[in-house]
Amino acid sequence: MENGMRYLGETIKLELDREKCTGCSMCVSVCPHAVFEMAGPKAAIIDKGACMECGACAKNCPAKAIESGAGVGCAYAIISGMLTGSEPSCDCSSSAGDGKKSSCCG
Amino acid sequence: MVAKENVNYIVGYNEMDGRKIPVVSTRLDCSDKIGAVKVRLALSRMDYSVAPGLYCVGSPAKESPVFVTANYKLTFDALRSELSGIDCWILALDTKGVNVWCAAGKGTFGTEELIDRINIVKLHDVVSHRKLILPQLGAVGVAAHLVRQATGFSVHYGPVRAADIPKYIASGFKKDDEMRRVTFTMSERLTVVPVELVMAWRFIAGVIAFCFAINAFAGNAFRRKFIRDAVTALGGIFTGLVAVPAFLPYIPGRAFSVKGFFAAAAWLLSAGVGFGFSAREWIANSLVVAPMTSFLALNFTGATTYTSQSGVTFEIKKAMKAMKYSFILGIVLKIVSKFGKD
Repeated sequence: MENGMRYLGETIKLELDREKCTGCSMCVSVCPHAVFEMAGPKAAIIDKGACMECGACAKNCPAKAIESGAGVGCAYAIISGMLTGSEPSCDCSSSAGDGKKSSCCG
Repeated sequence: MVAKENVNYIVGYNEMDGRKIPVVSTRLDCSDKIGAVKVRLALSRMDYSVAPGLYCVGSPAKESPVFVTANYKLTFDALRSELSGIDCWILALDTKGVNVWCAAGKGTFGTEELIDRINIVKLHDVVSHRKLILPQLGAVGVAAHLVRQATGFSVHYGPVRAADIPKYIASGFKKDDEMRRVTFTMSERLTVVPVELVMAWRFIAGVIAFCFAINAFAGNAFRRKFIRDAVTALGGIFTGLVAVPAFLPYIPGRAFSVKGFFAAAAWLLSAGVGFGFSAREWIANSLVVAPMTSFLALNFTGATTYTSQSGVTFEIKKAMKAMKYSFILGIVLKIVSKFGKD
């Protein structure tokens, strides 16, 4: 990410179990923020604070070695979720939805 | 979803084993560009989609690469416009007209839909290889190993941006670090601003109405006082909706509510010095405008490419109460102050 655009790293939920890692490097390939790097035959987390919890790494880890938060970092979705008691979801641009609010998903 | 006939981007059909597969143009014409502008201005957000299914670019053969994409027309256009001179296949998933990243987050650009779509278009008969190229951000919704298990197709995550596809192909389908990285440049940030502005129109109208109402009995001073209040409040809103996105990396703080607070402070100082705020105005205006701007900045997290859910939740829990009480107190002060003497 460009300078000056780093979010709150302290809250990030991301764990890699290097015992389970088979070294396929899929996590390195899918991470949009270069959180992983290959360190020898296995992957390693090199920049946890840059993670945005998109969940792509955990989803694509065939060895199930990664646990990651997965959800949208969107205040609108989270507040709506809190108010309605449901999970925050990125539904604001869905044409299947009520279509009242459509902001982020351009 | 009904297949769309006679659409501008289909330039013909390729016959293959008795099937007619639409060929798409790699050039964006006038109507594509007007459509994109309308979507960006939130004039027509809904159902800006193409029919899901298989398309050709050029004259692909059984060995030609397959690019998987969403059926949001902006996404589809971004992909096909980068494929000129390349013979290949495009497989558009049914993401309900939503872009790849958002659809992947929801699961519509997902493992199940990909497997279904491969079977529906009988991709096994169309190509002789077993390799699919997906946009990297689709990885949020697709588990590559499960697709392989179910269909035999191996998923390769290509670049984040369609614009990097020619380079990706030229380098033998290899991604460099830059193609992997999500960015959030000034122009990317400003692209999402118009939609946010249009979405805020009710709020903006409400603020103007409020400023009008509290000054309605000001008599001769109405015009001056109304303009003062309205400019101060609207300036705060525009600071949150436009200035925060534009200057995002340069505003201090990591938390968006904090960035919003600093931006509000800068605006309030300029407005206060410019208008020559009274002590009462300094207090009431700050209490109202700061949480408004800060909230709008926090709301912008949804449009960014790097905020996490745990981080935004943390911010909301920390900041929302203070914002709410400050705003309510400020509104009360604002109303009360109109009954006294300035």
